[in-house]
Order: sequence, then C-alpha cells, then structure tokens
Amino acid sequence: MTVAAFVFYLFAIVTVASGVLVTIARNPVHSVLWLILAFLSAAGLFVMAGAEFVAMLLIIVYVGAVAVLFLFVVMMLDVDFSQLRAEMVRYMPLAILIGVVLLVEFGMLYGNWHSAPQAEALRQAVTPDLAQVQNTKALGLLLYDRYVFLFMLAALVLLVAMIGAILLTLRHRRDVKRQNVLAQMWRDPAKAMELKDVKPGQGL
Amino acid sequence: MISEDLSLLLPEIVLAVYAMAALMYGVYTGKDRTMPLLTWVTAAVFAALAFWIGITGPGTHTAFNGMFIDDGFSRFVKVTVLLSGAAVLVMAQDYMVRRGLARFEYPVLVALAVVGMMVMVSAGDLMSLYMGLELQSLALYVVASLRRDSAKSTEAGLKYFVLGALSSGILLYGASLTYGFAGTTEFKGILSTIHGGHMSLGLLFGLVFLISGLAFKISAVPFHMWTPDVYEGAPTPVTAFFATAPKVAAMSLIARLLFDAFGTAPADWSQILAVLAVLSMFLGAFGAIGQTDIKRLMAYSSIAHMGYALVGLSSGTQFGVESMLMYMVIYATTNVGVFAFILSMERDGRQITDLASLNNFAAKEPLKALAILILMFSLAGVPPTVGFFAKFYVLRAAIEANMTWLAVLAVISSVIGAYYYLRIVYYMYFGQETEGLDTGTMNIVPWIMLMGTAVIMLVGIVNLFGVEGLAHAAAATLVP
Repeated sequence: MTVAAFVFYLFAIVTVASGVLVTIARNPVHSVLWLILAFLSAAGLFVMAGAEFVAMLLIIVYVGAVAVLFLFVVMMLDVDFSQLRAEMVRYMPLAILIGVVLLVEFGMLYGNWHSAPQAEALRQAVTPDLAQVQNTKALGLLLYDRYVFLFMLAALVLLVAMIGAILLTLRHRRDVKRQNVLAQMWRDPAKAMELKDVKPGQGL
Repeated sequence: MISEDLSLLLPEIVLAVYAMAALMYGVYTGKDRTMPLLTWVTAAVFAALAFWIGITGPGTHTAFNGMFIDDGFSRFVKVTVLLSGAAVLVMAQDYMVRRGLARFEYPVLVALAVVGMMVMVSAGDLMSLYMGLELQSLALYVVASLRRDSAKSTEAGLKYFVLGALSSGILLYGASLTYGFAGTTEFKGILSTIHGGHMSLGLLFGLVFLISGLAFKISAVPFHMWTPDVYEGAPTPVTAFFATAPKVAAMSLIARLLFDAFGTAPADWSQILAVLAVLSMFLGAFGAIGQTDIKRLMAYSSIAHMGYALVGLSSGTQFGVESMLMYMVIYATTNVGVFAFILSMERDGRQITDLASLNNFAAKEPLKALAILILMFSLAGVPPTVGFFAKFYVLRAAIEANMTWLAVLAVISSVIGAYYYLRIVYYMYFGQETEGLDTGTMNIVPWIMLMGTAVIMLVGIVNLFGVEGLAHAAAATLVP
C-alpha cells in the first residue's frame, strides 16, 4: 500500500466514523466537535484530490465560521435532546429497513456502474485547461464568468434568507427606552442643568 | 455576449430589482403601513411583466451557455404564474390587513418566489433548475410561517422547511448521479448521452431521485405528507398562493426536465409518472372524504389534481404536455376562485374553515353559493364546466398514448373525488339550519375573483378563451 492510499483510507475512515458519531453522540456539543473533525478530514481528502483551494475554503469557512456558529447555537438553545432521541428510537426499525433497502440498491448500482462514453469529454469541455491556469484561477473563471448567472441567483437566495430571518424573528419592543444619539448630541449644555439657590431652612 | 444574455433575462432582472426596490421603500418609509400599496404595485408589476412576456415574439433563445432557455413553453408558463400570483396577491390584501398579517415583506417575498419560478421554468441545466427551485422554496417556507405567533403557522413553516430540505437533498443526489454518469449538468448534454431510447442504470437512478425530489414540490403521492398540514397551518392567503403558482411552475419544471434532458427515452420515465399519478389521484380522492376543514380538503384536492396533470405528462407526447398545461391553467384559475371564497369565510369576525359552517349558505347568499357550486363542479370535472375539458384532455392524452388503463383509473378516481366536492354543494343547499357564516363579509376584490372565475368556468367552454391554441404552441416548442 502506497503512502497516498494509506492517507486516503485514513481520512476516509475518519470522515465516515466522525459522520456517524455526529448523529449518535449523546451530547450535542460533542456532535458539533465531531462535525468539525469530519470537515477537517474531508479537507484532507480534497487536498489528496488536488483541490487545495476547496480544502482551505472548507477549513476557513466551515470549520472557522459555520461550525463555531453551530457550537454557539447548540450551547445557547435549551433543547432536551434525550427526549428527542427517545422519539427517534421509536421509528428506528422503519428507518433501518428503508436504509438497508436503499443501501442494497446502491450496492447493485455501484456494482455495475459505468459512465457514458462521452462523459469525460463533456466534463473537460467546461473546465479551463489546467496546464495553463491553476486551480484557484480556474474556479474563479468558472464561478464569475461561465456560471455568473448561478452566482447571481445564489445572491438572491441569500437575500431571501436574510429577509426571512428578519421577518420571522425581529420584534420591535415598545417598552424599552432606546438611545437617541442625535437628541443627545443636539442637547444644549446650557439648558441641561438648572441651578437653584435654596435658602437655608426653606427647602424647595 | 453578456449583454445579449442579460437582455434575454430582462423580465427576471426587472422583477428582482423591483423586489429589492420595494424592500428598500418598505424599510425606509412606513414599514408595514406600506403593505397595501406594495401589494397592489407588485401585482401591477406581475401583470405588466406577463403582458410583456406575452407579446414577446416567437422563437427559442438560450443564454448563459444554455443554462437559461427562453422558448414558447417557458413564456406560456411564466404568464400563467405571473397572472395567478397577481390575482392571489390582490384578493388577499384586505384579508391580511384585517387579520394583522400586513407585513410589507410579504409582497416582496412573493415577488422573489416568482423570480425563482420564472428561472425554474426556463432552466436548461440542473444547476439553474436547483437555484430557481431553492429561491422559490425558501421564500415559500418563510411566508408559510408568516403568522409567527401562531403555533400552527410556525409548525407549517417548519414542516415545510424540513421536508423541503430533505427533498432538495434527494434532488441534489439525483443530480450528482446524473452528472456522474453524463459528465455534464446541461440538459442538452445529458440528452446526448442517451442512445437507442434506453437509459443506462446510473442515469435511471439519477432520474428517479430527480423525480422524487420534484414530486415533493408538487405534493405527488408518496411525497405528499406535508401538504395537508402546511395548507391548514399557513395563513389562508399563503395557502391560496401555494395552491396556484408554485404548483404550475413545479409541474412545468418536471415537463422541462423530462423532455429536455431525458426526452429520447420516454418509456423509462412515463411508467414512474403513471404510478405517481395513480397513487396521487386515489389518495387525494379518499383522503379528502373524511376532512372537516376546507383548507385540508383543498390540500387533498390539490394532491388529486396533481395526479391528473401527471396523467397527461406520463403519456410522453406533445399532446400530453399540451393537456398538462391546460390542466394547470384551469386548475389555477379555479383555485383562485375557491380561495377567494375561503378568505371570506368568517363568523363573528373570526376566520372559520370548518365545512359544517357552510350549512344552509345558499339560503343566505344565493349568488355566492351558485358561484361556489360552479367552481366545485369544475373541480370535480362535471360537464358543462371548463374543469370537464381539463380532465377530458388529459384522458385523451393517456388514451392516445395507449395507456387506457391509466385513463380508466383516472375516471374512477374522479368519480370518487366528485363525492367530496358535491358534499360542499350539498351542505350549502340542503344542509341543516345551524349557526352559519356571517353574510356580506366579502370585499369587492375577492368577490370579483369569485364571480369572475365562476363565469369563466361556464363561458370558457365555448372556446376555452383560446388557451388551447396557446398551450398547443407552447407544447410544440418543448416537444418537437
């Protein structure tokens, strides 16, 4: 076994194992940590496949931002996961049955899988010549030039997500006093304070 | 090159830019007070775009390396989607203000959902298909839980979201299998890898997953579970929207995908569609019988109607697509009328969706009861209403494609389905004297929609308002 094959199997096994542990870990915080391990080993697989830019993206964006955000959300939410799990156990036999049927079907599919004869040519047709440009540039050419339409649509999807998050969660509370910066700045110091000469023994 | 591509995309760009401008206007001016104005302007923009697309000259153009197709088929569906969206928006405006649902984001989200639908029906690539579908679905998830303080509405939104995300996952898996086999996501490229009218195993698996993912969106059995709960839980105007434009768009998307990417092997997918169609028709017919809530009943009714539309599509012929298009147009028109009525159902100022409240309605409001009678007859497919012709065309498509068994099953299920449509009529005309609905609660716009659609259902039998010829031309561009 070559070093490359060994490293591949190492990353692959870690990815799958940590993926399983994400779903069965008792503590949701542990689940997120397993998820981070799955992302990291998937990044390793990407490096092995020669996609170093995607690997770095996975680490920076997914591990660095998304998973950390997950961790915050999981820690802040007060959800009783053991109760949810009890529900899950009830449907487990059916889920396992469906899973096994699907697995057998996919086993049959991948057992005699073959791609179309012209698949490789079609795949090459859209990718820039990798002898001329490096990975990152090739990705940029595809994403911002050939697929700019999809890129714009993705932006619209994100806009909808943003509107949705605000629409469903933003509440303007009327019973709190808000800071009005302009009112504070335009206040006249001369009128802000009033001096009263209180005579002794009289009071106001 | 890019300017030509963009000019082809102009209606979508105009609508997206309008949505963003409307959002800005709403945020920086009166917030929710601008909702009535924005609703009417959005509907006007929809109508104007429908007119614009309608008068666009014939011909098939592609943009962005085949990712976007502008042809007769997509223009036909876009006009249908835009007009039904506009109708649903204006008829619900008054309801939303009265029920405290006047959020100015609603018309904006509907506009963005319609952008997604327009991209869906013009998709020429699995990736643009997915992006359009997500844009549409995400906006729909949000509006489903528009009444965020109601447990039912948020449950509807969440259920729709979770199952929708699952279906998107299935769809993407199918797309990746297809890509693995064909080496391309472009419909034309996928079509070029099919030889001799039969698909390879890998492609077939991909196709099955793609159809399953899309069947969720049109709520075809066995992917229908979310429909009754979401229809019941979502605010009624949103339900009305769900039942019209997205269904038309998703059904057309299935037609586009099957004919553009898998069109040379119709034998492989027509049997899948036939099974989905039979299951949907029968589950829709039987499931609706026990319902006491009119929104749930309409959910089952929409499941059944998707089955009939799939009957047309499963014939795999040009006439099949034509019959599917006509079916969807007639279905959407009828649903606009029915939901215009459901929006006005109230007792003591509270919305009520119980079927029993329709008791003896005909004695109080004979004209409206008559309109509902016509619409229900049309949904059931009783001649002489337009709904009969909708069913007639899909049955003819099935018989012409030598699928007589399918046509026979469709007739049987439509007879069963007629029971619950006629039950509504029975309640209205012969129901017991119980506490019924308030009278005179209907605003002028829904009233026009209700009466207008009822008249269309009767007058339309003369020449179907020329929709037949348009649908024929549209189907001819998809299936040469």
